Parts: sequence; structure tokens; C-alpha cells
Amino acid sequence: MIAFVVRRLFQTIPVIFGVTLVTFLLTQILPGDLADVLLGPTASEESRQQLRAAIGLDQSLLVQYANYMGHLLRGDLGQSLVFAQPVATMLASRLANTALLAVSAIVLASTAGIAIGTWVALKPGSLRDHSLSASVLFLNSMPPFWLGLVLILVFGLELRWLPTSGMSSAIGGGGPGDLAAHMVLPTLTLGAWSLAVITRMTRSALLDVIDGDFIRTARSRGLSEARVILRHALPNAMPPVITVIGLQAGFLLSGAVLTETVFSWPGIGLAMYQGISARDIPFIQGGILLLALIFVLVNFVVDALYAYVNPKIELS
Amino acid sequence: MSSPNLDAFSSSPEPAVSGSRPWIRRLLGNAGAVVGLALLTSIAIAAAFAGWLAPHDPLLANPAIRHLSPFTPVHWLGTDELGRDILSRLLFGARLALLVAVVPTLLALLAGGCIGLVVGYMGGASDSATMRVFDVMFAFPGILLALGIGAALGPGLGSMIIAIVVVTIPAFGRVVRGGVLAAKRELYVEAARSLGYSHWRVAARHILPNILGPIVVYATLQTGRNVILAASLSFLGLGPQPPTPDWGQMLSSGRTALAVAPHVATIPGLAIVLLAIAFNLMGDGARDLLDPRLKRQLP
Repeated sequence: MIAFVVRRLFQTIPVIFGVTLVTFLLTQILPGDLADVLLGPTASEESRQQLRAAIGLDQSLLVQYANYMGHLLRGDLGQSLVFAQPVATMLASRLANTALLAVSAIVLASTAGIAIGTWVALKPGSLRDHSLSASVLFLNSMPPFWLGLVLILVFGLELRWLPTSGMSSAIGGGGPGDLAAHMVLPTLTLGAWSLAVITRMTRSALLDVIDGDFIRTARSRGLSEARVILRHALPNAMPPVITVIGLQAGFLLSGAVLTETVFSWPGIGLAMYQGISARDIPFIQGGILLLALIFVLVNFVVDALYAYVNPKIELS
Repeated sequence: MSSPNLDAFSSSPEPAVSGSRPWIRRLLGNAGAVVGLALLTSIAIAAAFAGWLAPHDPLLANPAIRHLSPFTPVHWLGTDELGRDILSRLLFGARLALLVAVVPTLLALLAGGCIGLVVGYMGGASDSATMRVFDVMFAFPGILLALGIGAALGPGLGSMIIAIVVVTIPAFGRVVRGGVLAAKRELYVEAARSLGYSHWRVAARHILPNILGPIVVYATLQTGRNVILAASLSFLGLGPQPPTPDWGQMLSSGRTALAVAPHVATIPGLAIVLLAIAFNLMGDGARDLLDPRLKRQLP
């Protein structure tokens, strides 16, 4: 397993470099250049030239990338235009909020998805199976922000059960209960699609193993059906489910931008949304880089985990 | 060359999966695909004839009738925050919605398909180099790279289409390359080569027709995903700018008045969902028809 993990690590390093190259290149496709964006339309040509020289825009692309990497390795992602502070500081202060949302969404989607998927797999072709197909189609066709708006409308504005924006109430808020109440709707919104995908994968993975000889053996030993499913079938059905859960990380990290925008959740995504209208390119660039690096890291961890639960992978 | 080789070759231009019934009848036998096709046709008709069907000018603002509820006479789906007729905006918005879903699919299919065909057929260093580039692009989760490209180029229809094309090329490239790699090992390719046909002819005339099924399936499903992707970018302010009637942008601007006029944001959202469902149903139908092996894996 260690050999596999090391090999996978060596595959990851070039990808990380590639990611930094792509985020660097984002500034190259700007109409005008970074100096125009940083100074705004009113700046004089002289001050533009000064800034170009100061940040090295007059140098070759290779030197510019080397400068970019040099700053990056020192943790310097530039200065945010909207938030008037270093991008790295801003990202660091927001990361925990985004992570809280993403982690609670994946925990909800995984636990509920595996439970519902198992429940559905017990009766393939039944009403519950067809309902699952319909829900998967519907969720697959729904923009996450629209689901968020509908949830706000129903549970926030009509029923008035749950708060609809931010992380805490303005009056008397701030406790764990208050935070939990604020998390319900964003977590549901962000986790809904992953829930559908994980449910579907659990169902098909379970159906693939349920006809296996080892299941027949377990049944013939007189074990209860619950034990057969939970102790014998489910663990063997887990590898593809784990892969799918890992892939959800990508959806959760990008879905967070939309979900945070809808619910005014003070994370990286909301800040990126605020940066778009102000053309805060350094912040958007930094946000994309950070979220992509987290995604690469999560994929690496998931693969290592996969090798752990499925030792056969080493052979391939 | 032995005769089985010739047989394999002579039957090669046929689709990989063929049945007794013509494909159109089998497509019509698939309830989901029929519903999807009907939905898509309705939306396409609405888009094509928006000029005639729309009861009002989609850009005409009238502050005196802001936030009218749906089912109001004259304004069947109500009015938005500027008093514009939502039905008319929805009908004209269908044009953009179809455009930003279909055009990027075709462009990405063309670009990704050519790349996948060439590197898959050639193999070697160009293949692994291209795959490494694709790996890097897959490392950007979901809409993030499109968001970055859109933000860098500045908001607008053109940059939105460019963003969607760029981020979807790698997936098309992989699908086509995967098909080519599998087909390369088939006897009919060996047969065609041994008859002295050029590499180009073998790739374009023999391999491509045989791997078209999965590509069509993938392209249809990707068009459904493009509906969501475009709506998301538009919602974030990176799409066509106001007052252009665009579903994602209508939803986004309707958000501010959710408490007083929930229909302003929910109706365009529903339209987006219906269009995405139409493409997804057709994609699922096409998959059942052209690529039956995949069907078993899904509920």
C-alpha cells in the first residue's frame, strides 16, 4: 500500500504545478492586464507603467510565472481589491466557515446516502427504487442555488422554522444551537446532489455484490438478513462508494460558491462572489487556487483510503 | 487475411449496437426519452417563435406594475421587480438558454473530439502529454475554472461560452480517446490497415463511426449539465448582463424580493430545471439505446 501511496504522491506533484500554472495564466487572459485591473480605469498611464514595472508585468511570461511561484511559496497571494487586505489572510479567515459547510454536507450526504441506498437495494424494481430514479433525475437537473431559494421560501419565509442567512442571529445569537439552526438549510442545499449520487452508487454497488457466493454462504449459515447486509454485503460494496464520496469533494467545493451566495454564508465562496462584480482578480485567483489544491489533496487522501480498504488495487 | 477478419471489417461501419427495430422506433418506445424530446421541442418552439408568442416587450419596464402575481390577466406569469412581463422574458430567455447549452457542447465536442481522436490513435508521448494537461484541468472542481475564466475575461455571453467550452473540452477528449483506444484493438481496424488505408482514413472512416454511440450519449448529458453550468455562471453575474432576458440572471435579480414576490425567482428556476430535465431524459434514453451496457449500472 505504501508503494501505491508514494507513486500516487509523485503523480500529484505535477498536477499541483499545473494548477498553479493555470491560475497564473488567468491573469494573462485579462482584457488589458493586471495593472489595469489593480488601478482601475481612472489611473494615469504613468502610474500604470510604474505598477507594471513594480510587479514585473514587463518581463517575460516565464519570469512572471517564476515570480508568481516565488510569492506563492512564501504564502503571498497578493492584495485583495475588495477586502483591502492580503488575499491569503482573507482566505485563511474564511476557510473554516467553508470547511464547516462542506464537511457537514458530505457527512449528511454519505450517512443518509449509504442508508437510503441500502434500503432501496433491498427491493430493486420497487416503488422506492423508481422514486429514487426520479429524485436523482430531478436533483441532477436542478441548479443548487434554486434548491436553496426554494428551501428559503418554504422553511424560512413561509413556515418561519429556520434562519435563512448568515451564521448567527443578530440578536441573542452565537451559541452552538443558533449555529446549528443556521447550518440546516445551506447543508441540505449543498448536500442534496451528493446525497442522490451516493445513494445511487450504494444501491448499484450493493446489487453487484448481493448475488455473490459469499453472501449465499452467509445466508446458508443462518445469519439474520440484517447481519448479512451490514456485515457481509455492505463492506464489500464500499470501494466504489468511497470513490464517489471522494469525487463529491469537487462538487462541494464549487457548490459552496453558489450555496454561500444564496445563504450569505461568510465563507470563501461568498467572498469570491463579492469579488466578481468588483473584478477582484487577485482574490478570485487565490480562492480558485486554494479550492483546487484542497480538491487535489482530498483526491489523494481518498485514493490512499481506497488502497487501504481495497488491497487489490496495488496489483494494477 | 482470413475470412473472419474480412467479416469483421465489412460489418464495421454498422453501429456497434444494432437491433431488429429501427432506432427511431426504439427511441419512441422509451417513455423518458419521449417526454424529454417533447419538453425540448416545446422549449425550442417557444424560443424560435418568442417574437410572436410573447405577449409583451421583454424589456419594457413599468414601475407602476412591479411584482404582479402570476395568473394576473394580461400578465399570466406576473411581472418582475421593474414591472416587466415575466412570461415574455421567459420566452425570449429560452433562446439564450438553448444557445448557451448547445453551442458550447458542439464546440467542445469538436475540439475535444479532434484532440481525443488524434492522440488516442497516435498514442505515445503526445497522448500522455495531453492526458496530463487534462488531469490538471480536472483538478479544478466543478464550476471554479469556468468562474475564473469568466471573471478574468469579464462578464458577458461570449466569455461565458468560452469558459464553458474550455472547461468541458477535457471530458470530451477523454471520452473520444477512450473509445479510440478500445477500438484500436479491434479486428476491423487491423483489417482496414492491412488493406493499405491511411491512418487518417482508418481513424475518421472506420473508428469514429463505431464509437459515435457513447459520444452522442455523453454530448446529450453534457448539454443538460451545460444548462446548469450556464445558469450558475449567470447567477454569479458572469453571464449576459441586464436587461437581457436570461434565466439565470432573472433568478438572481428576483432573489432580492423573495419575500414579497417569490415567483420572480422561482419561475425562471423552474424553466432551467425543465430544460435540464429534457436533456437528461434524452441523454438517458440515448444511453439505453446506444450504449446498453451502461444501463445496468444505474437505477
